[in-house]
Amino acid sequence: MSKGVSVGNKKANLFPFSSWMVVFVLIPIALVVYYAFTGVDGFTFSNLKWVYTYRSTLWLSLELAFISTVICLVLAYPIAYSMSRASARIQRNATLIIMLPMWMNFLVRTYAWMTLLEDTGLINSALRAIFGMDFPGLHLINNHGAIILGMVYNYLPYMILPLYTAMTKIGDSLIEAARDLGASGAQVLGKVIMPMSVPGVISGITMVFIPSISTFIISKILGGGKDFLIGDLIEDYFLGSSGVVNYNIGAALSLVIMVLILIATFIMNHFDKDASTSGGGSVI
Amino acid sequence: MKRKLLSLALILLVVFSLCSCAFSGNASDVSLNVYNWGEYIDLSVLDDFEEQTGIKVNYTTFASNEEMYSKIVSGAASYDVIIPSEYMISKMIDEDLLAELNFDNIPNYQYIGEEYKGLDYDPNNLYSVPYTWGTVVIVYNTEYVDEEDVEDESIELLWNEKYSGKILMFDNPRDSFALAHSKLGNSMNTTDPAAWEAAAEELIRQKPLVQAYVMDQVFDKMISEEAYIAPYYAGDALTMMDENENLAAYVPVEGANRFFDSMCVLKNSRHKDEAEAFINFMCDTEIALRNAEEVCYAIPQIESFELLDEETKEDTMVYPPEEVLEKCEVFVNLPAETLKLQSELWIELKTHYK
Amino acid sequence: MKKLLNIYNALIGIFLYAPIFVIVFFSFNSGTSRSSFEGFSLQWYAELLEDDLILRSLYYSVVIAVLSALIATVIGTLAAIGINSLKGWKKSAYLAVNNIPVVNPDIVTAISMMILFVFVLGLFNSMEMGFGTLLIAHITFNIPYVVLSVLPKLRGMDQNIYYAALDLGCPPMKSFIKVVIPQIMPGIVSGLIMAFTLSLDDFVISYFNSGATFQTLPITIYSMTKKPYSLKLNALSTILFAVVLVLMLAVNLKKPQKAQKKA
Repeated sequence: MSKGVSVGNKKANLFPFSSWMVVFVLIPIALVVYYAFTGVDGFTFSNLKWVYTYRSTLWLSLELAFISTVICLVLAYPIAYSMSRASARIQRNATLIIMLPMWMNFLVRTYAWMTLLEDTGLINSALRAIFGMDFPGLHLINNHGAIILGMVYNYLPYMILPLYTAMTKIGDSLIEAARDLGASGAQVLGKVIMPMSVPGVISGITMVFIPSISTFIISKILGGGKDFLIGDLIEDYFLGSSGVVNYNIGAALSLVIMVLILIATFIMNHFDKDASTSGGGSVI
Repeated sequence: MKRKLLSLALILLVVFSLCSCAFSGNASDVSLNVYNWGEYIDLSVLDDFEEQTGIKVNYTTFASNEEMYSKIVSGAASYDVIIPSEYMISKMIDEDLLAELNFDNIPNYQYIGEEYKGLDYDPNNLYSVPYTWGTVVIVYNTEYVDEEDVEDESIELLWNEKYSGKILMFDNPRDSFALAHSKLGNSMNTTDPAAWEAAAEELIRQKPLVQAYVMDQVFDKMISEEAYIAPYYAGDALTMMDENENLAAYVPVEGANRFFDSMCVLKNSRHKDEAEAFINFMCDTEIALRNAEEVCYAIPQIESFELLDEETKEDTMVYPPEEVLEKCEVFVNLPAETLKLQSELWIELKTHYK
Repeated sequence: MKKLLNIYNALIGIFLYAPIFVIVFFSFNSGTSRSSFEGFSLQWYAELLEDDLILRSLYYSVVIAVLSALIATVIGTLAAIGINSLKGWKKSAYLAVNNIPVVNPDIVTAISMMILFVFVLGLFNSMEMGFGTLLIAHITFNIPYVVLSVLPKLRGMDQNIYYAALDLGCPPMKSFIKVVIPQIMPGIVSGLIMAFTLSLDDFVISYFNSGATFQTLPITIYSMTKKPYSLKLNALSTILFAVVLVLMLAVNLKKPQKAQKKA
């Protein structure tokens, strides 16, 4: 059985794609690798030494991205679940409500958080008005907490939507069956819903973690430009805002991110296969 | 699906009709790319230039000399007229990036005061025409900053722990390090690595007190009283003081940076004559006056200066007296190894986590 | 329990919409501040309509989004058909390459292309970044999404109809257009829409690959946030948001009726 329709010439169909991807995806990545291992006098490992120098930056980026991803997952799970159990009309409207804010430019939205979080901002003013006193110690912005908030805010929809999609695939009948067989609410959640939502969890984590670890704008706007994340370092080395442009160190840092994500994706896919076969199998 | 397509088509229709008004009159096919600091011109001047000469102006802005420089050397963009500061001009002259100007095309150059010609960064007056000058000052909010802390007009105010979390700092290495150098009594043009290390230590010590590192966001934060203390350029300080009457400023006694921002034409400009026409236009007495009134910086154009109102002319923040200027220092282009050290130390500051 | 869940969902709704509310509210500020409201006025809308820079970059954004989405849709659809007819490691290899721009962080895709452009443009002195580089960059990150949305439709397609058309003497090209394309049309259209949206919204990749004069809206917005904040941005965001809201509502309200008719 031939799997696909071969229309016209296979090679002719693939030609524009392959040539485009080679020139604009593979060659650029090869250039990143090339720059990461070269310096003024040819081949060198010295750029990787710089990566080691910036290990605390790498660590901080990982930490903030990890925390944001976990918060997104925790926040998104109940929403995705209640959406997936609602009527078709509510499901459609809820999807709309969640996607709508993403149509507003994210820079403008992040700036609006500044208005909310500043010492003279709306939240602090409201607290002052309600309690009739100052909260001088309450600084909501220009710290790591604000950066995490910015990431959670911007990427939460990317967690909700895949989770929701995965959960809609769990039939109501399956849950009813579990109920009939005497499973408690917690057991239904632990033994039916959670295992079956794993594919959604995986793609949600990927879609939140990757942009979080590489952001350089959120840290600038909500972090007060104080602490560089790995994205800020890459930007700095390529655009030279600190006075020196160095593609080599920038490329080495990019390469490290790429490798990290490659490893993470690999582990995740492994999980995905395990879960969807064993988890799915045990339920049915 | 058809509906989605339809809605897409509708969005396009709305956007296109919104934009069509932006493209009414394209008089000439020559367009000049002008690259300037943000908030550094009376924008209506550009319309007048387009009207008078039929040359279109593509006006874009940068936030720091370094940003402008890297955009130009990466080849990402070809600009015609740029308005960098003096140390960047001398660096660009050294690297052969600037074009020698034909002053026959810039007759208004005669109005530029003699004391602004032949300065160190362009000793033979070949590449640049001064646009504005000024000094760095320390802006503070009189409501929140105690009088005793500003009495001595010192740079130490930026390191005062009493105002932790309410201090802003320049988000570019050259200006920030200059403040630290002055604080330590060193020249801001020092090439001694030990002096740079010491300055970096000062900045790292200051970091926990700093609310944010900013450039032009300083306007918002100072005017809304989100922050109380910030170093910034004198002209902009004046603009802030116009908006919020609680703000005041001084030139620190330890000395401050004095800068000259000048107009230059890039070597690879394809419209050199038009670029020179633009520079000439900017030196016109009426135009320079309008710009000066808008941006509040000191101007080197003598005739326009005479036309300014008395209050501005006598403002010691814009036109500081000789004894203050003597304490100020003009940046020179640092040698490559010092620049590299500066950049490394700056990144060290930004990657120094609590 | 259900009540608790509803309260929770409402709280998340507030979280998602708080900044939107702030943006819309302050767009009507008669003052200049983004944090203290002085009175109602439409001045920022008036100023927005006079701002050449913003309107021009909005126009450029749309031009780039339309062109890149169309070109990516053609290349991506052909590629999907090609990939679908492949087997084994070849298929996996093509899919892996296709996934690179999807999985890579934006900033890495951006700088990798920037290196290429700077390198190539360095060879030709008179060229610069601008429309061309931006279009290429956008097409590049759009293609994979088109491929990914067309492929499942091809897999679900009944191939026999195509062969039936061939058997009945219809030339391959014609049967392709008349038989295959209509069946995978939903995938092509959703790929096109996705590409258009992604391109319109992109900041990071454009940030590293645009030149002096040809700037898309997100780049202009970014350069405006570096200056004293202008509420024009709020006015602009409010208008765009309102347009999208109205369109989405229109599409959404009409759908149930159609569904009923079908039933």
